[in-house]
Amino acid sequence: MSRLAAAAAVCLLATVPLWVANGYYVNIVSQILIYAIFALGLNVMVGYAGLVSLGHAGVFGVAGYAAAWLVAAGVGQFPAALGALAAILLTSAGFAVLSLRAAGIGFLMITLAIGQILWGLAYRWIGLTGGDNGISLSARPQPFGISLAPAAPFYYFTLIVFVLAVVSMAVLVASPLGASIKGTRDQPRRMTALGYNVWLVRFLAFLFSGFWSGVAGLLFCYYNQFVSPNVLALGSSAEVLLMVISGGSGTLLGPIAGAALVVVMKNLASAYIERWNFVLGAIFVAIVVFMPEGLVPGSARLGRWLWARLRGVPAAGGAR
Amino acid sequence: MSQWLLLGVNSVSLGGLLFLLSAGFSLIFGLMRIPNLTHGSFFMLGAYLGTSFLALGLDFWLAALLAAAAMAAIGGGIERLLLRRLAGQELAQVLVTLGLSFMIADLCLMIWGGDPIPLDTPRSLRGAMPIASIVFPTYRLAIVVIAVAVAVALWLMLERTRLGAMIRAGVDDAPMARVAGIRVSRLFTLVFCLGAAIAGFAGVMGGPILSVYPGLDADMLPLALIVVILGGTGSLPGALLGSFVIGLFYNFGQVLFPELAYIVLFLPMLLILLFRPQGLFGKHVP
Repeated sequence: MSRLAAAAAVCLLATVPLWVANGYYVNIVSQILIYAIFALGLNVMVGYAGLVSLGHAGVFGVAGYAAAWLVAAGVGQFPAALGALAAILLTSAGFAVLSLRAAGIGFLMITLAIGQILWGLAYRWIGLTGGDNGISLSARPQPFGISLAPAAPFYYFTLIVFVLAVVSMAVLVASPLGASIKGTRDQPRRMTALGYNVWLVRFLAFLFSGFWSGVAGLLFCYYNQFVSPNVLALGSSAEVLLMVISGGSGTLLGPIAGAALVVVMKNLASAYIERWNFVLGAIFVAIVVFMPEGLVPGSARLGRWLWARLRGVPAAGGAR
Repeated sequence: MSQWLLLGVNSVSLGGLLFLLSAGFSLIFGLMRIPNLTHGSFFMLGAYLGTSFLALGLDFWLAALLAAAAMAAIGGGIERLLLRRLAGQELAQVLVTLGLSFMIADLCLMIWGGDPIPLDTPRSLRGAMPIASIVFPTYRLAIVVIAVAVAVALWLMLERTRLGAMIRAGVDDAPMARVAGIRVSRLFTLVFCLGAAIAGFAGVMGGPILSVYPGLDADMLPLALIVVILGGTGSLPGALLGSFVIGLFYNFGQVLFPELAYIVLFLPMLLILLFRPQGLFGKHVP
């Protein structure tokens, strides 16, 4: 059943450029996929490892900066992408070594501080990053000679990476490593007693999480052909955290749904009002206060409760 | 030589401002176990309110006190109406403060616009003061004096009064303090109001030096975070020492390595995290 649904979803996604003629909307779907990869990456930490990071935009941004800087320095697209991947892993490892000294709120605080410092560097180290002006990427890469400049080919490129990300997440979650990551979330002391190296498990989780967040950042840089300190800002970290939490953390579908919701809302909202950050903050507060388990599980709970009400059965485990 | 001395004075006065900002942050963190991510916004909102009060023709100090009072009311409202609903869920509380900081930032942009607003130095503190053949800017000295006065007052309140003893008990072990009959949740509200008020006051005090601009909140919040990581959560001496250390690193880093100022700021935090994760004066790892 779920395989059938997954196949249907892939077919639907694969044909988007066919039934959506307008390039603008194809681009929006590309954006959703990029943010979904980002949110899936963060979800490994937030949902499965139980460690909330507010610095993932740092990894996301470093990837874009590395690629744009290398291309601007005259390195070819493919080696630049490899260099960006190396930068992603290095940044993630650095983040992990510093932040995994703490758990819970301490972890959040340290990731936030490191994220802000990376933002400060991007903003201030003008000689390297161009400061507020950012760095432009002269062209999108051309894998196997296929130009990614038009909306549709770029969409397919993003879709392939997205499917790879989803499959790798599904494999990770079902694997023994995935089980031990969830173990360190629920029972860190018991895991230690069982002989697991909790720190190492969390470190690997961070590398995996950072890797996909960085890949998303690389795609985002290709998408905009531009990178600026904005992508590293706290707002960016908060936005992707909102995607994870609003969709439902610790699920595979939740972050994807959250990414779709936030990107669509952001584009809709910016068409009518200027105050996207206000709306973002308000939704954040509302979701945390009223639907802490996320929109997907939260709506399911509300639906069950309503259905039970309609049938006149006293609600069991319904709204609190 | 005198240039370095001036830089030193600037560092110390920034340290004073940072102490005003992070004292409340540290107490809130120590007591409620949440890094209050709206704290930078309290600083900025306080400063903006101060500009509006000054525009009404009020005296500088009156404007600063009014801004502090307004921030106490706003902080208390946030604690009572939102954070209280999420008692015990630390993560949810952090996320709510994060959401609120976005709302406050956008609201400020909407009301006061995007251009930086400079604040005038109060007339009585303009100019410079010669001390032993070196001339110091009076206002910066005044900031240091006020910060030290607030530090002493807070220290006396925490160490010498019944209320302070209750707050210290809450910071050390909130469940045991509850068992002993202390109404910790009421302390939460009180400390939150106090922290917001001092942050708002600091915002106005910092106005003549930093001016007020969108993004001031995002500039100040990481500084408060670093100060508290350095000094240890819930510790007033830690916040004081951390503030002056960060003030020094920030100003000297700015001059010696202008492009890498943030890395220089980051170094003390890195060393502390590696060798003393609970902070200089902290009792437990956050």
